[in-house]
Amino acid sequence: MFHLKDKDLAKKIVDDVKKKNLTLRFMHVCGTHQDTLVKNGLDILFKECGIEIRQGPGCPVCVTTPKEIEKILLLARKNKIIATFGDMINVPGEKESLRDLKEEGHDIRMVYSIEDAIKIAEENRDKDVVFMAIGFETTAPTTASVIITDPPPNFSILSCHRLIPPALKAIAEMGELKIDGFIEPGHVSTIIGLMPYEFISEKYKIPQVIAGFEPIDLLMGVWMLVRQIEKGEAIVENEYTRVVKREGNLKALSAINEVFRMEDSKWRGFPVILNSGMKLKKRFEEHDAEKRFEDELQEINEKEFSEPEGCRCGEVLRGLITSEECPLFGKACVPSKPVGPCMVSIEGSCNIEYRYKGKS
Amino acid sequence: MCLSVPAQVIEIGDKEHAIVDYGDGTQRKVNVTLVDAKIGDYVLVHAGFAIQTIDEKEARATIDIFKEMMEG
Ligand code: SF4
Repeated sequence: MFHLKDKDLAKKIVDDVKKKNLTLRFMHVCGTHQDTLVKNGLDILFKECGIEIRQGPGCPVCVTTPKEIEKILLLARKNKIIATFGDMINVPGEKESLRDLKEEGHDIRMVYSIEDAIKIAEENRDKDVVFMAIGFETTAPTTASVIITDPPPNFSILSCHRLIPPALKAIAEMGELKIDGFIEPGHVSTIIGLMPYEFISEKYKIPQVIAGFEPIDLLMGVWMLVRQIEKGEAIVENEYTRVVKREGNLKALSAINEVFRMEDSKWRGFPVILNSGMKLKKRFEEHDAEKRFEDELQEINEKEFSEPEGCRCGEVLRGLITSEECPLFGKACVPSKPVGPCMVSIEGSCNIEYRYKGKS
Repeated sequence: MCLSVPAQVIEIGDKEHAIVDYGDGTQRKVNVTLVDAKIGDYVLVHAGFAIQTIDEKEARATIDIFKEMMEG
């Protein structure tokens, strides 16, 4: 269904870009883009054309901080039922992962949708059910629309939702890496539209293209960035017009605005990023795990947690190194025994690299 | 996490849900409160929610427009 393909066009684009003799570096912020790139060998193909593409902080599981992981682990140990999306369960905390706790007999459930977590709460009225709400603007409206509809009183969320544009701004401002263009995530853009990216092109003169997830989408997206650079332009263009509307999804945006307030937030590997985290507004406090279990969480809130020893996820997430440049990649760190979240999550750069290319 | 899969709406259920078909024999109930979708529409499904309708004609148009653009 909707496999957009055109072999002739693909070849034409590659030939055209190759001819130009470029040396450019682009960044995308989406695990699904990375998957398309590596699975189809596009990363290698682009490199041959002089274009290097790095994955930035585009993996919700990966950017979740050690502190947030410790919070959900603590709530699990305190006998709440924890509902979480699949990958999260394997992310190592300081001592253990949710999976370890599950094996010890704690009640950890993997869910596909927040609606599954609500069902668990309805079926277990005598217990607290905490949903670990991770994800960017694509996922936040699903959480928001459930919170609006008056969930059961024993249901709460640990909101780890984050916004993409503030992270792009942070990357541009930190200036650790010269980036010639951003490939923007199609499904985040489905929700937010084009506008929230515009200041980045205006202020930092970085070209941006919103792209879909077929190989041809990325080829077209890259070509559009190259064309902007050739013309000396820096604007936000949309390649993924079959799904992304200029204004985004207004219903989803209004759900987000009704439920969440924006707060400065730490991301793994980053310092605090201004207005980049989504927390529940006061009137939904009853469903806010951080408020509801404030006393229990105090010991975590007062402590600082560090990255797993030797793990370089922070630099991977800032685009500074590739996964293979981490000395642990494919050796001490493999998907069956991950050291950091970038090897756990199917959207993490280390996991994707390992899955398609094996050991370094 | 941001992985979203296209599916076709084949049945409107209660006020909030619809049954969608993924085209590979799987069908699923998804929440449709974030979109205006009717039977026959294609939607993008993310974590059990339809997050946008897909414009099938636009998909083909993208390729055509792009070909022109490359000529120019
Ligand atoms: S390979 Fe493992 S240890 Fe190295 S950055 Fe990736 S997740 Fe961390």
